[in-house]
Amino acid sequence: MSTTPLTERIRADRTPMTLEEYRAAGGYDGLHQALAMAPTDITALLKDANLRGRGGAGFPTGLKWSFVPMDDNTGLKYIICNADEMEPGTFKDRLLLEGDPHQMIEAMIVSGYAIQANVGYIFLRGEYKLAAQRLRTAMAEAREAGLLGRNVQGSGFDFELYLHTSAGRYICGEETALLSSLQGERAVPRAKPPFPQQVGLFGRPSVVNNVETLCNVPHIVREGVDWFRNLSHSEDGGTKLYGASGRVNNPGVYELPIGTPLREVLEEHAGGMKDGYQFKAVLPGGASTPMLTRDHLDLALDFDSVGKAGSRLGTGTLVVIDDRTSIVGLLRNLEHFFAQESCGWCTPCRDGLSWVEKILAQMQAGAGQPGDIEVLEQHVRDLGPGKAFCAHAPGAVGPLDTALRYFRDEFEQAIAAHATAGGQ
Amino acid sequence: MAIIYVDGRPIEADENTNLLQACLQAGLDLPYFCWHPALGSVGSCRQCAVTQYQDENDDQGQLVMACMTPAAEGTRITLADESSSDFRASIIEWMMTNHPHDCPVCEEGGECHLQDMTVMTGHNYRRYRFNKRTFRNQDLGPFIGHEMNRCITCYRCVRFYNDYAGGTDLAALGQRNQVYFGRHEDGPLENEFSGNLAEVCPTGVFTDKPLGERYTRKWDLRSAPSVCTHCSLGCNTSPGERYGVLKRVQNRYNGDVNGYFLCDRGRFGYDFVNSDERIRRPRMRGPDGRTDMDAGELLERMAQMAEGTSLIGIGSPRASVETNFALQQLVGEANFSTGLSAAEQRRVELAREILAEGPVATPPMRETENADAVLVLGEDVTATAPRLALSLRQSVRNAGFERAAELQVPSWRDATVRELERHHRSPLFQVVPWATRLDDTARYNLYRRPEAIARLGHAVAHAIDPDAPEPVGLSASEADHAADIAETLKQAQRPLVVSGTGAHSEAVLHAAANVARALHRCHAQPEQVGITLTLPEANSLGQALLGGEDLDTALERAAAGGHTLVVAENDLARRADGDRVRQAFRASRQVIVLDHLENETTDQASAVLPAGTFAEADGTLVNNEGRAQRFFQVFEPDPVIQESWRWLVALAWSLDAETEMLWWSQLDQVIETCSRSCPELGGIVDAAPRADHRVQGLRAAREPARYSGRTAMDAAVSVHEPGPPRDEDTPMTFTMEGYGGPGHTDPNLIATTWSPGWNSEQSVNKFQAEINGAMAGGNQGRRLIEPAGASDWYPAVPEEDGEGWRALPYHAFFGSEELSAASGPIRERVAEAWLGVAPEVLEERGLDEGTEFELRLDDVSVRLPVRALEGLAMDCVAVPVGLTDLPDHRLPADCELIGPEAN
Repeated sequence: MSTTPLTERIRADRTPMTLEEYRAAGGYDGLHQALAMAPTDITALLKDANLRGRGGAGFPTGLKWSFVPMDDNTGLKYIICNADEMEPGTFKDRLLLEGDPHQMIEAMIVSGYAIQANVGYIFLRGEYKLAAQRLRTAMAEAREAGLLGRNVQGSGFDFELYLHTSAGRYICGEETALLSSLQGERAVPRAKPPFPQQVGLFGRPSVVNNVETLCNVPHIVREGVDWFRNLSHSEDGGTKLYGASGRVNNPGVYELPIGTPLREVLEEHAGGMKDGYQFKAVLPGGASTPMLTRDHLDLALDFDSVGKAGSRLGTGTLVVIDDRTSIVGLLRNLEHFFAQESCGWCTPCRDGLSWVEKILAQMQAGAGQPGDIEVLEQHVRDLGPGKAFCAHAPGAVGPLDTALRYFRDEFEQAIAAHATAGGQ
Repeated sequence: MAIIYVDGRPIEADENTNLLQACLQAGLDLPYFCWHPALGSVGSCRQCAVTQYQDENDDQGQLVMACMTPAAEGTRITLADESSSDFRASIIEWMMTNHPHDCPVCEEGGECHLQDMTVMTGHNYRRYRFNKRTFRNQDLGPFIGHEMNRCITCYRCVRFYNDYAGGTDLAALGQRNQVYFGRHEDGPLENEFSGNLAEVCPTGVFTDKPLGERYTRKWDLRSAPSVCTHCSLGCNTSPGERYGVLKRVQNRYNGDVNGYFLCDRGRFGYDFVNSDERIRRPRMRGPDGRTDMDAGELLERMAQMAEGTSLIGIGSPRASVETNFALQQLVGEANFSTGLSAAEQRRVELAREILAEGPVATPPMRETENADAVLVLGEDVTATAPRLALSLRQSVRNAGFERAAELQVPSWRDATVRELERHHRSPLFQVVPWATRLDDTARYNLYRRPEAIARLGHAVAHAIDPDAPEPVGLSASEADHAADIAETLKQAQRPLVVSGTGAHSEAVLHAAANVARALHRCHAQPEQVGITLTLPEANSLGQALLGGEDLDTALERAAAGGHTLVVAENDLARRADGDRVRQAFRASRQVIVLDHLENETTDQASAVLPAGTFAEADGTLVNNEGRAQRFFQVFEPDPVIQESWRWLVALAWSLDAETEMLWWSQLDQVIETCSRSCPELGGIVDAAPRADHRVQGLRAAREPARYSGRTAMDAAVSVHEPGPPRDEDTPMTFTMEGYGGPGHTDPNLIATTWSPGWNSEQSVNKFQAEINGAMAGGNQGRRLIEPAGASDWYPAVPEEDGEGWRALPYHAFFGSEELSAASGPIRERVAEAWLGVAPEVLEERGLDEGTEFELRLDDVSVRLPVRALEGLAMDCVAVPVGLTDLPDHRLPADCELIGPEAN
């Protein structure tokens, strides 16, 4: 049995399989097995497999699905794939969508069946044009073959799948903002509870999961819980698509057992640092995850271990920071992004991030002022979880928090430089 | 009730509310922006953060937003700890990063919620050293100013305008700290409730534009508790004056009537008081034309002219009970006319009969928001009773609240409840003559001619209760509609029937009364059934209670010759054919008219007396609910302008009339006599405190304690400070002397709310017994009518559908109401005269809107551009009341419509 179930069917040149090829490679077997099962048994399977959400939060998928009311027949339910991969430094879902679109479709049908959702949406990042094109082609094939539409494969289960290409806002990756956006409204997050499983898309029970999470589902159905848990190096089940960007020799995406140590990913798969560059720090799971440093190189990259080290596994795509990169400049770049992508709904995020960005810009230009570090620290405090409305602001200040702790000297220099030059 | 602990102190809280509301209810000061008592919680501004503890052993606590946290039994919070206090100050600091330092020149300054909350949090030092973002402002029309740089992005404007009021042309645009609240392009805000933005906006982004153009600070305005005169609902208002100019009207909270909101006609219609068309001097028409004259001399001449004549008095549904009663006293009951055309009088009297003698009570307007099924029969509510439309819009939310309760989502969690409303909306049906602004709330709208509306209404009544008369000639599809509506209303717990006089149809009123009666008979809790009827004018129901002959009869008598005609605040040309009025006037020895504005009637009068408007007089109005409410004089005009009832007393003196009214010198005497001699109006004495009422030994002050410049404002005229004007009629002073404190005064005497640390209208929470509930001391006004239950079914004999064209009255939101149409800002929104036809009429002929058609109504004809009116029957023409030269009082009427034939 495969140890890289998610990527094994992806060809070297990334051209996707046709439906026929996909079936020949064992595709849609998971669907056939699923349609023979009781829907709630699939959810139970996911719980046992300990599949955790690959979008960044690591919430147990089976548990999430178990909150969907299964006796509610008063209207539609929805399964929604979050394919709005906009986290800076993250490109893992793109590989799955472009390389194996039928896997995505199969995952949507199985997942829809499990929660008895008759409608599915793939909410795709607008810039993923190639993925959109390939998904459309595959969806047409699937529809033609009776895999989508009324009475899927004679099972009595109806499933409509729609592709929605986003107009392009980072906040659309937040599951409730995604729902608002999908409804044609401003992409503003919603307060929880109630969770989308109760009151989701158009006010109806809905499940939103990440591409990679969902793609695991048909494999678990087909190969079973034990296989899935054995793929892993940790308590979390399955593999993980890790990635690396920055000045490494072999940037890319690698499917590895979840819990693979950071050093292994960095040195064996990413090929280590390029000549002339030293490792300085890493954002382990995209731009919104707090920094890890040299001291953390032997950390196992699973949700709990990274959490204990003060960061988050996030999307598992490493943003590698080298010794020639200015931490202040890096942070200015990141906070510019987060300030710009604030939806503007809550005050701390909307007005706080903008202030942070402006201070960092002046620091980068050598015009920091005494007291700026304290203002930044206050923002780290006041933009934390529960203070801002959603996770955007806490995510935005995570890297800043660690940067101020691990590389405070660089911030101090940015102020001292200005003071020396006679600034105020 | 739950007990929650705030800084260790136990506080009683309604467990169905949130911590913010509970704290405010308890009189605590906790700052907030995005929350609004009528709009609920969304958790966007993060201003009301408090620290919540798990239990008494928890000394860490966690920051929570008070507005998003239920006031559950045993909840422990602190407002005083450093961490939540600092966070709240941070929120203000963030908002201030982009807020201009323009308080001294900002219209909101001095009554700004943002100022108040800033002071409350203690933030006062600016650390942010970067440039502020700037926006381009928009021209949003004559009502609302726009200054986006001041925006703190609380989202209240769009939540009110779109979510609450159903507007579609205001949006949040953009992202990050550049969110822009505006229209897609410059242009007047289209929603009928746009003026509320000036109060809903916590700072100076959306402001009262007419006020801004002749600006006065809140503390320099003299205000009085008042009642809107621009429709029959009696919304409570707070008009403010300075330098003899009425500067604005603000909402005055009445938990039973208008709550927090007014319509734009009510808010901006006041400016007729300042009009150039005002009658400001007594005058006489002599052989040499009009002559302004001293009042004493004029009264003497009128007395001479009156010798040997008998009096006929014509009152008015837009004049107060006191004015009408004084006129009735002057001329004698037998010679008093209500001033309503015969047809209108029949309709208003019928409405009175339905409310007073039928079995079904009419709910206060706020209670209509609780209805869980509504049938609107024949009435374009937004046009004739706008604020009621806003309440009905809320009624359809009840199913969403119920669904939320099932999911354990509190009703105040606004964003979530609104999601649920997509699939859970309480039914509202409209059977109306054309598409209305409430259509989007309805389960479905049926557009019918008035006769068909009545017939369908009767069918609904019959379907509910087979004892109700059955209409004849009902088609199968109409019967299906009737059955569906009937079934839904029957299943409702709190069904409501809404109708009114707008269609000028007694048959429609009959049908509405029968539906209500049928529901009442079938309902397990009959007292939960309601009927709401809208009426033509502010005191229409008061006139019905006072009684008197109709205008047509009075004019007929006058035409016999030899009378002295006294007309109080009534332009007869709007209610009777011009020829008949002229004939009656010519036949009369003299015509004495008391009014505010020049009109056709004053133009023909032999003597005209300048009558005080609602802002220059006190009086009582009876709204469509039968609630008597007192409006108080705001300011002392030029002394020659007097209350109509005072002119009538003066007239009684000069005529040597033998009447008790000779001894009236105070309003209370008029009220008491009226209450004694007209039992149906007996309750008006309780509508507000008497003139000898005192608050802590003091009269209530009309001017705030900080009123400035009173010794200087007239210094250019005289260096002697005039004595303060005396008010014999009310327990109020015209000056700042007197009681101005919060909380303890009679709610009928509270003009504006103001409390330490709370300078904006948000301070109303300090004056309510319960937030969103009644005012401390009870709600304003006194209900005069409760159903006696004696009347029977009305017969189901709607008129036959006639053949040929039929002209129907169309009430334009702006322009059809007489007084507001003379208000400057409203005038900018009044359309040129037009005629409405079905879109199909234009399509069939290949014509565009704006094509001129000729409408002939008996002897009168007009040529006007047409508009397509969706839903209007193909053989009907809609005539906007008050906008054309057609005799509106004759509508509905058979007519001829002549237009270009097909191209």
